[in-house]
Amino acid sequence: MSAVLDHRADHAHDHAHDHPTGWRRWLFATNHKDIGTMYLWFSFAMLLVGGVNALLLRTELFQPGLQILQPEFFNQLTTMHGLIMVFGSVMPAFVGFANWQVPLMIGASDMAFARMNNFSFWLLPVAASLLVASYFVPGGATAAGWTLYAPLSVQMGPGMDLAILALHLMGASSIMGSINIITTILNMRAPGMPLMKMPMFCWTWLITAYLLLAVMPVLAGAITMVLTDRHFGTSFFNAAGGGDPVMYQHIFWFFGHPEVYIMILPAFGIISEVIPTFARKKLFGYSSMVYATASIAILSMIVWAHHMFTTGMPVTGQLFFMYATMLIAVPTGVKIFNWVATMWRGSMTFETPMLFATGFIFVFAIGGFTGLIMAVAPLDIQLHDTYYIVAHFHYVLVAGSLFALFAGTYYWLPKWTGHMYDERLGKWHFWMSMITFNITFFPMHFLGLAGMPRRYADYPMQFADFNAVVTIGAFGFGLSQLIFLWAVVKCIRGGVKATDRVWENAHGLEWTVPSPAPFHTFETPPVVK
Amino acid sequence: MNGNPPASGARALNLRMLGKLAVVAVAMFGFGFLLVPLYDRICEVTGVNSLTKVDRGAAEFARNTQVDRSRTVVVEFDANGRGAWKFKPEVASLEVHPGELVTVVYDLENTRPAPTVGQAIPSYAPRQSAGYFRKIECFCFQQQELGANETRRFPVVFVLDPRLPKDVNTITLSYTFFEVGGRSASAQPQQARDAGAARGG
Repeated sequence: MSAVLDHRADHAHDHAHDHPTGWRRWLFATNHKDIGTMYLWFSFAMLLVGGVNALLLRTELFQPGLQILQPEFFNQLTTMHGLIMVFGSVMPAFVGFANWQVPLMIGASDMAFARMNNFSFWLLPVAASLLVASYFVPGGATAAGWTLYAPLSVQMGPGMDLAILALHLMGASSIMGSINIITTILNMRAPGMPLMKMPMFCWTWLITAYLLLAVMPVLAGAITMVLTDRHFGTSFFNAAGGGDPVMYQHIFWFFGHPEVYIMILPAFGIISEVIPTFARKKLFGYSSMVYATASIAILSMIVWAHHMFTTGMPVTGQLFFMYATMLIAVPTGVKIFNWVATMWRGSMTFETPMLFATGFIFVFAIGGFTGLIMAVAPLDIQLHDTYYIVAHFHYVLVAGSLFALFAGTYYWLPKWTGHMYDERLGKWHFWMSMITFNITFFPMHFLGLAGMPRRYADYPMQFADFNAVVTIGAFGFGLSQLIFLWAVVKCIRGGVKATDRVWENAHGLEWTVPSPAPFHTFETPPVVK
Repeated sequence: MNGNPPASGARALNLRMLGKLAVVAVAMFGFGFLLVPLYDRICEVTGVNSLTKVDRGAAEFARNTQVDRSRTVVVEFDANGRGAWKFKPEVASLEVHPGELVTVVYDLENTRPAPTVGQAIPSYAPRQSAGYFRKIECFCFQQQELGANETRRFPVVFVLDPRLPKDVNTITLSYTFFEVGGRSASAQPQQARDAGAARGG
């Protein structure tokens, strides 16, 4: 930080002078665009790692019985798939978008704290290495599930310690990232841009960053307690010393439920940028969008125990958490309504970003409805820990967050690279992803309703057919993402030159700078009228 | 570094905000730990999860309750020791009338040649019977210290609340005796052994 502090009075200093090249450009990166790019590549790499984990699981589940994996290793893969996708892929991807887009959209020259930005990125590869390395310690990686429930997490081998350390690093990275984003958005907007005229993506990220700041430290606390229970003789969750394993679940989900909104709110922001552009209309109900986002965030803090209906809870508690959870459907419904109303009578065209955005609304609504079903306590007791919940959270996380990330990537890729992506590849990527996604996850609803529990390496014969279908779909979905890689690499290497505006009806400051966006933008703040 | 360094005023503003937000993060870290006593307090107030709390009203309740001889409930006794304990009830099960004062004796042996402190945690099946199981005397009300290789007999005196739901005919009372201060006595040693074996092999 000290280097940033000694602010230089001479404005004429040479830019090229502190513009390192080669590997130094990336290791010492302080430019928000470079850091954003690193975030995005990192999260894509993690998507592939987590995806390979998932495909191993699906291979084992192709047929009943044990074919290729031992149950212990299967549990490790389940856990690591969750941890890597949540903390390694989806969250960093959104931070990558924030890095690239927030300064461009509010007319700031960079993020508020450039060196901290660099540090919060470089913590991630370290954390990811710890996670991957934990496969190779005695006892293997943690197999307690991504929620790391006590008492399992108190009992696991050293792989658990590595996972805890990795989560601490990723948490620290997220906290620094959100401090950076909040400060940038609140203090560095261009003159003439009040909060209520800010692009929707910045609004959703501002609210997400506050959520992160509020709950990420609570997760850090929870896993610190697990760590001290394991090694320093405390008894927070250790029943032997009067601790309570259910307490872990309460503390974890106090973080965990806001966490799922942390992964979806920026996605809402991206969709709110994409749809108006391709519907050639202004976003319907801007201020209601802002209030809906804020109310989702606030409500998310008081619904955590709906993850715990089966742990035994007084009826009044169940009723409170049930109704509070169902209440979230209202602001979410407002958002879906506004998106559809934006499309209504718009002159729509369906380029790849719009395809993904429309697809997002469709599949996210399905995921939202299954969520509503599980908010009902008596139904949840039936469906808890079955494949129904697996279907639900993949509908909101894959078809929700991931599809929105794809939409955003195709939408801003011409601005980032200066080239148009290959529309044909993009369309292939969308349709393959959409179809194979549903082949993979739709049958899971039926499996769950029929009572197939999650996180088992084996299952009875009657689930065999659907599981075979799911596995085929999963491989299709995994391979479809290679089309994405191909489309992105092709776009970086060349293609039709993108205009500054890129899209016919694109509005916002990011479309006023050249494509590709130069290394330094908005060094003198633009004036928004 | 990035283009023009922001004017010093803006820089100071940013740093002030950094300070405030960092305080929020640290406070929330503390809040995570605060949740532990907070939940304990909530459980105490609402009467949820008070497994080892002394039931002060139980003796009074037992004196003033009619014995319901028309009804018989089977109470099964189960005992598990985690750590260096040998722990078992002297009878496996009893037929009990609701309202009747019952005494059952558990034998606990410390198999370690050193004094050891332990705590018993009760659990009930079916779960909703817990509220109707009133214990007047129980070794689970406090930690117990046993000398080297000492064996001790512990009585449990209880009375079943006659308001026990009619469909409950069998209650299982299960105690697990944990070693206090042992480093997660349940599985850590097992894990360590496994790891040792893995290295040895």
